[in-house]
Formats: sequence, C-alpha cells, structure tokens
Amino acid sequence: MELTFDHKPAAHCENGVISNMLRFYGFNISEPMIFGLASGLFFSHMPFVKMSGMAVTSFRTFPGVLFSRISKLLGFKIHTKRYLREEKAIADMEKILFSGKPVGCVVGMYYLPYMPMEYRFHFNGHNICIIGKEEETGNYIVSDPNAMQKVTISKRDLIKVRFAKGGTYPLLGQMYWIEKTPKQLPDLAPLIRKAIKKNCWLMTSQPSWLPYFGANGIPFLGKRILKWESEMGARKAALNLAQVIRMLEEIGTGGAGFRYMYGAFLQEAAEITGIQELNEFSKRITEIGDMWRDFAYKSARIFKKRQGEQYSYEEISAILMKIGELEARFFRELKEAV
Amino acid sequence: MKVDEVPQDLKYFENTVLRDVAYAVDENGKYTSVISDGWSVKNDALELTMDGIYEECEEIRQRVLAGETSLLEYYAAKNIMDVDLLSDYTGISKRTIRKHFDPKVFSQLDRETLEKYADALRITVEQLTTIPE
Repeated sequence: MELTFDHKPAAHCENGVISNMLRFYGFNISEPMIFGLASGLFFSHMPFVKMSGMAVTSFRTFPGVLFSRISKLLGFKIHTKRYLREEKAIADMEKILFSGKPVGCVVGMYYLPYMPMEYRFHFNGHNICIIGKEEETGNYIVSDPNAMQKVTISKRDLIKVRFAKGGTYPLLGQMYWIEKTPKQLPDLAPLIRKAIKKNCWLMTSQPSWLPYFGANGIPFLGKRILKWESEMGARKAALNLAQVIRMLEEIGTGGAGFRYMYGAFLQEAAEITGIQELNEFSKRITEIGDMWRDFAYKSARIFKKRQGEQYSYEEISAILMKIGELEARFFRELKEAV
Repeated sequence: MKVDEVPQDLKYFENTVLRDVAYAVDENGKYTSVISDGWSVKNDALELTMDGIYEECEEIRQRVLAGETSLLEYYAAKNIMDVDLLSDYTGISKRTIRKHFDPKVFSQLDRETLEKYADALRITVEQLTTIPE
C-alpha cells in the first residue's frame, strides 16, 4: 500500500515534510514560503546548552515551532501525538496511514539506516513522512526531504528512531498528521506582512543585556571566538569552530544558515503583496548570506590550512561583528517596509 | 550565491540517496532551488569532527590492547555515546556499564548482556568481542 505522494527533496526537513504534505492535499506552497510564513529565521548562540560538550549555535527557530505556526496561519487542523508504548505508536501510525493520510514523524538521525556514517549524530529533531507500507517486507515507505528519492525503513528501525533516547531531548514517538484542510487558502498577503513583522521582532527585540538570541547573538559569538584559542587550546577551538560551520551549512539550511531561503521567501512575498521594496531586501539578505559563506570558508581555512591562505580568529570575528550589525539594521528597516 | 556558484563537492554523500538543496539566484536575479553534492567547507568541518572521534577511539583501542579497558568503551566512543546515552539505550545502569569497562568483568559477560550492547551499538556480538585492526 502506498499513497499517491509526490516526494520532493527540500533543504530543511521540517519545511520539507510540511510542504510535501500540503501538496498531497492539493495546496502548493513552496519551502521558502513556509519558512517565511512561519517566521523561521533566527539566530542563537547558547553557551549554556551543549551538544557533544560544545555550545549550541542555531540559525532558525526551535524544532516543531514551524509546524504549529504554519498550520495555525493557514487554517489546517493538525493532530500531534506522543506515546509511552512503542507498539501503540506503530499501530496508531498504521491506522492513520491506512485511512489514507500521510503521517509525519519526529525521529532521531542516529539509527536511520540510509544515513551515511558521518551524518549519524545523536540529533533528535529530524522529520520524515510515512507514506506507505510494503506488503512483502513489512517495511514502511518514507519520504525524507533530505533524500532524493523515497526510501524504506523496517519496523524495528522505525521504532528505534521514533523513540531515540537522550541527547538534546528524548523522543516519545511523536507523530503528526493533517486532520482537516481548509476549503481554500486564506489571503496570503496580510499573513506575509504579519509574518515578516514577527520575524523582525524575533531578530531585534532582545535588550542589549540578553546577548544569546537574535541579531545580538552574532557579535556575541564574534567576541567569544576570539577567546577560544587561549581558553581551550588550538584543537578544541577548531572543533568548536567546525561545530558552528556545521550548524550554518550542514543540516538542511539551504545555504548560509537559512539566509538564502529567506531571500527566496522575500522575492515570493514581493510578488504576492505587491511590495516591490521586498525585492531589494531579498538582495540585501542574499549579500548577508554571502558574508556568512565567506565566514564559513575562512573558518575552514583555519582548521584545514591550504597553502597561501592564512586567516586568523581576529579576521573571522570581524566578519561576524559586521554581519551582526548588518542583520540588526536589515530587520529594523524591513519592519518599516511592511 | 549564484546558481553556478552552488558547490558540487561530492564526498560524504557519495553512494547515498542524500543531497543538499541550496537556494541560489539565477542570471535574472530570481531565486531557485539547486541540488548540491555538498560543499568542501562543510566536508572539512565534518572531517575534523570525525577525526576527533577517530583519535579518541584509537587512544581507547591502545588502552584495550594494554588491558586497561574493555571493547565496550571503544565501541561506545565510536558511536559517539557517553555512558548516559548507552544506559538510556540498553536499560543497563550507568554504574554497571562502568564496571563493564573493566576488561576482566567484560570477558565474563553473558550472551544476553552482550547482545543488548551490540544492538545499541549497531554491531554484532562477534565484533563487540574482537579487537579491530
């Protein structure tokens, strides 16, 4: 049994599952539009939250938030469930699947059989969508936005990833599905304006004494990395830097920590709202994205040296200070434009 | 980033179904999504992280050879699991796991316990009890 589900790869898993699911119900909304409507862009650097012993840096809003924001905005009725018993979590999922609805699951990356070894981290916030079951093998057919084609997973592995332990937070078989769709989508223009305003607020509303979140966080990180080498030695400093680069580029950000995705959203937003100025803002965030890539490139040259290319922590720190200033100004001015 | 600047540096995605999706602007300044094989910069970052793990594993392997610790500690490190996480996955208490890091205690373990560990560490019992080259 397999639903007629059009699998399209996406940059990010959560946007991707939502976008694919909505398309299943006949609503075509692009990944950047979902990201923008959900005010998904963010920055945080939290020395008090550790992953593998290193401070967590993030370029987007917290996991799960996108889905609840977007369903509320567009008027979809979503059902979310968590479980204590593994068998029940599978039985319920099958029931919904066989009633003809794709089921989204929040899973751990670690035991996903199709992940390459190097991507098997104990990260419990990946999203996949169950869209069928093979009769012969009993394996489930999966639409994973990070995979180019549909994949399969055995029941045993699915239980393992849905009940992934420890790490940042343990999973309780969390799954979600769309229970009711609206007859038609609401008028997007006012929602887009509201979503942009909200994202501007998320990025700029923090008082200066709260340095971890929003545009404030970028120079905060910039100042911190200056001390890394003297505080923890070259090796540990390099590992910390690599961690920042991985968060910026690796886990489905669409490049430059979601900045390009937001640029794509602003272009679509300009078309729908008729606010031409948003095209200019799209260009500006693209340039900021290019600076993030420059930061990533030069950082990589610090921990993996190449002949003729020498960069210091001072130089990459200076890039972050500049980006912080530009993003703060960008979101202050964007707020005025909508 | 322009469409023709989207990096195509295939390394860790090789022979997998995974790819990146990047957003980039085309010649008319319009954003579009482009499939990417990866970027050398993040491959470097990933390599450094993996090297860190391999170095730690090698150091533990040497201690296994010297009879100072058990293969359980080696495979836990290889799976980036600390005692807390290994305990969560196996249901074996942290204290007991630490005892099993003692090679003498480890060599006496029954099949059932070994299977529990092997299952959590995604290896066979044979691998769990054989020192890798």
